[in-house]
Amino acid sequence: MEKNLLRYIWNHTRSPQIWILFIVLFSMVPYFAAFDLPKQIINGPIQGQGFESADASAAFLDFSFTVPLTGWTLSYDGIQLDRLSMLMALSGVFLLLVIINGLFKFYINTYKGRLGERLLRRIRYELVDRVLRFPPNTMKQVNGAEISTMVKDEVEPFGGFTGDAFVQPALLGGQAAAALFFIFLQNTWLGLIAAVMVAIQVGIIPKMRRRLIDLGRQRQITARHLAGKVGEIVEGIDTIHAYDTSNYERADIAARLGQIYRIRFELYQWKFLVKFVNNFLSQLTPFLFYSIGGYFALRGSLDVGQLVAVINAYKDLPGPLKELIDWDQARQDVQVKYEQVLEQFEPPQLIEPSVQVIAPIAPTFAGGALAATNIIVADGSGAKVIDGVSVKIDQGETVAIVDNSGSGGEALAEAFGRLVWPLSGKVTLGDADILELPESITGRRISYVSANSYFFHGSLKDNLLYGLKHAPTSTVSYSGRDAANRKWEVHEAHMAANCSYDLNADWLDRRSTSVLRGFNDDLKQSLMRALDAVQLTPDVMELALHSIIDPQENPGLAERVVEMRHALRDELKKEGLAHIVAPFDPASYNTEATVAENLLFAATRTSSASETEVAESHYVFEVLKRAGLSDLLYAMGMTIAENLVEIFADLPPEHPFFQQLQNINADDIAGYQQFLQKRKARAQQPVTEEEHRSIVRLSLYYIEPRYRFGVLTQEIMNQVVAARDLFYENLPADLRDRVERYDPHRYMAAATLRENVLFGKLSHRAPDAVVHVREVAKRVMEEQGLLESFIGIGLSFDVGSGGRRLTLTQRHKISLARALIRRSDFYIFNRPLPGLDRRVQEEIVRNVLDFLKEQDNDPAIVWVLSNTSLSRMFHRVIVFDRGVVVADGPYETLDKESGIFKSLVA
Amino acid sequence: MLLNDEVQLLRKLPYFSKVDPCKLKLLAFASDRVCYEAGQVMFHQGDNSDAAYVLLRGKADLLINTAAGEVKVGEAHSHSMIGEMCLLSDAPRAATVRVTERAEALRISRDCFLKVVSANPHIGFQISRSLAETIRDKAPAPQRQPDRAAERMPIKLHERAD
Repeated sequence: MEKNLLRYIWNHTRSPQIWILFIVLFSMVPYFAAFDLPKQIINGPIQGQGFESADASAAFLDFSFTVPLTGWTLSYDGIQLDRLSMLMALSGVFLLLVIINGLFKFYINTYKGRLGERLLRRIRYELVDRVLRFPPNTMKQVNGAEISTMVKDEVEPFGGFTGDAFVQPALLGGQAAAALFFIFLQNTWLGLIAAVMVAIQVGIIPKMRRRLIDLGRQRQITARHLAGKVGEIVEGIDTIHAYDTSNYERADIAARLGQIYRIRFELYQWKFLVKFVNNFLSQLTPFLFYSIGGYFALRGSLDVGQLVAVINAYKDLPGPLKELIDWDQARQDVQVKYEQVLEQFEPPQLIEPSVQVIAPIAPTFAGGALAATNIIVADGSGAKVIDGVSVKIDQGETVAIVDNSGSGGEALAEAFGRLVWPLSGKVTLGDADILELPESITGRRISYVSANSYFFHGSLKDNLLYGLKHAPTSTVSYSGRDAANRKWEVHEAHMAANCSYDLNADWLDRRSTSVLRGFNDDLKQSLMRALDAVQLTPDVMELALHSIIDPQENPGLAERVVEMRHALRDELKKEGLAHIVAPFDPASYNTEATVAENLLFAATRTSSASETEVAESHYVFEVLKRAGLSDLLYAMGMTIAENLVEIFADLPPEHPFFQQLQNINADDIAGYQQFLQKRKARAQQPVTEEEHRSIVRLSLYYIEPRYRFGVLTQEIMNQVVAARDLFYENLPADLRDRVERYDPHRYMAAATLRENVLFGKLSHRAPDAVVHVREVAKRVMEEQGLLESFIGIGLSFDVGSGGRRLTLTQRHKISLARALIRRSDFYIFNRPLPGLDRRVQEEIVRNVLDFLKEQDNDPAIVWVLSNTSLSRMFHRVIVFDRGVVVADGPYETLDKESGIFKSLVA
Repeated sequence: MLLNDEVQLLRKLPYFSKVDPCKLKLLAFASDRVCYEAGQVMFHQGDNSDAAYVLLRGKADLLINTAAGEVKVGEAHSHSMIGEMCLLSDAPRAATVRVTERAEALRISRDCFLKVVSANPHIGFQISRSLAETIRDKAPAPQRQPDRAAERMPIKLHERAD
């Protein structure tokens, strides 16, 4: 990129700049014409100049113009108009000029704005493009939040400046020069005085502004660091909480803000000081004119008329001059910003653009071995982690890398994955250096996975298929408005030198999935098999079962889930397990559910945490009263309260048993205890509404098989079932959106998928009910062909920023699965599953090896193992010790011969 | 059967006979009541042990896997405790328990039990004493033949089937 912003702007916007300059000059004609017109209107038709007699007329639009040098004259006699017509005609011309001037202004501003926006777009794109081409060691020193604030905020003023970059100085310079020239014409000496003063102004002010620029630079850098720090706080929030360092971070932020404040305040002081000096200097010139010019006029050596003319002419000088100086200030400002930004984006080395050229079809490549030849790799501190290692991995090999001490194995894997560049030596694929090969070869032939893989905001599926999105593989055909829109987008992208690949196109490369048999479902198969291999399918299923699906969006699925609900019911019956689920039956009481659940008989939504539970809403108590249940439940609640108080009264409030009581906590128990004592002492005292409710509330959460107090009579159950209709009769509006009445034949939009499938309560009395239901449900789901639909729902789970909504283990598994979906010649697994227990690790390694070996391309697999004992599953083992290879060979041989290896595996 | 009946029953067991009924009620409340059909297995030999059971009703066989197949080593009747060793140690189950007559049991999970004990240390002491007595009763006298000891075991084993 150019070192100078003006040059950058000029190089990229040369012809529009010239065009707009021309337009601006052209627009001066009506602009100055409009200046003269009011005088003509007032002097002519209004004051009557030239219309001395009543029927006098004057020529309108007459002009005579002699082309200089040629003597050729152009003239028009005009139309003869009387006084009133003249007034109207001239006023009409005035209006016309106002419109023309407005239109010019409109056009010029729009044009300049567009020019600026395009340049801004270009520069932003170029910066991000550079980030994408940063070499790995530069990337290690980069703070993401700082980069983003540079790309977003720091370049913003460039856009505004672009439009004025050349037009403004040309125009203002011209005006100032013209004014100065005019002064010279009037009087050479006074002209000289003015010129000297202008020179002083132009000389001193920018010098004074140097400090301003310096401060501006500091402001920019401190603000950038602030952005970086805020980013760090967000990223590291877990650590901050864990170590109680939030106040340290507060202090840090406050100190930074203080520094920024100091800089900004100083900036203001200087800015206004400079302004003051500038104003002073521009007013000094007229002082000189008055005093010196006046002196000479008094002495008679200067004509008074001349002096007045000079002073008049001077009026036009400070305006343009001041704006010119302001423009220069803006120029220096953006130039400094530009340099500051550029500094961060000009690493000593960038990846060549040719390496990243888009390739919708993988380029043909002869293939060959992946080899490191005598490579030296250093870590961040410059210490060598690999010292002169040569390793060759042939197609089809499975290689385990283990480290005795040091991290040579990891570093080798990183070098294979192009995450580090070797200091010397090279890594080759076939005959070519992998750093020179296009990424369309290295990034597809080699799949690298480590525990650090990143997740992008989006669905789980987006992230899993991320490794296939190399290039658009289809073109979208747009029509009508969309087509015009797309055309515009492409045009604008080209104008700003952006790429114009269509994001709406299909970016999935379906020809490079690991399972590749030429069928339509290769992608799906690859995905499902990869999930199975890393044992993620149950997790995805769990995500699906937890999700709430809108039946209107997936009507087919909702219908099938309801079918599955009934099939599950039948199957349980067939297996003699009908008793382990108590289904929601509109006509009967569900003994495994609470009284409130039985009354509402609905799936409920709680949209915000502040809302009270539907079961405790005012309306519920009203319905109970109307149904004649209020007193029954009160009596029942009294017995429950007595029992609970007896059981829980002497437990400390933090006792874990309180968790067994849903919706009731230690404070409630204490309250009930007090209430019971009060009742005992003064039984005849009336019970307040509030107390009554709090006792009824106990009954509302009562489940007989769970509590076993024997208080729920058949009569109450019948009445609760009868009260269901009553509850729905006058349902208030605020509750209407929050409850969805159970209907065995409909999908419940307010309930999770799991609740929709089960549509009932697990029996409290059936041991292992969960296990049994899960088994049967899994079978039914597969019979109904719903497995894939459910997995699909699980895959649409939003993983959150950086995948934070997933557990760490899930993230590790997903990053492994993401590589398994891709077809590659070499899979480099760099300790992809740390922290998994041995057994699971072993199973997954086995699954992955089996899955990849099953494919027809016979890939090589390089696995840096954290669990050395797993190396027996690989054909070949490479043992690193302090950055060098100490043993390399088949497992059996090493096991016999290598002392280090034996000690590692033992 | 209601919670109060369960408490009455627990009190009849030697382990809990000296424990405050109020605490027993808490223990019963924190435990689950589970039902088994004849033929259902409460737990298998070798399973992780996480709960003890008090048989409220019904019958169950205690079975041990041997080279010769499953061998019945005892029978549990209602009002007896099964698998109580797990309350204090987390060794895997020593026997399989299969219900022979529709049974209802109170499932006391180790977690719950330990929580109750930690709040009331004297319960722990009572239980330890009861266990110690049971073990002492079961320890074969040194002069006894091993095969005779095996014969004798089923008689008492229903009390320590884990």
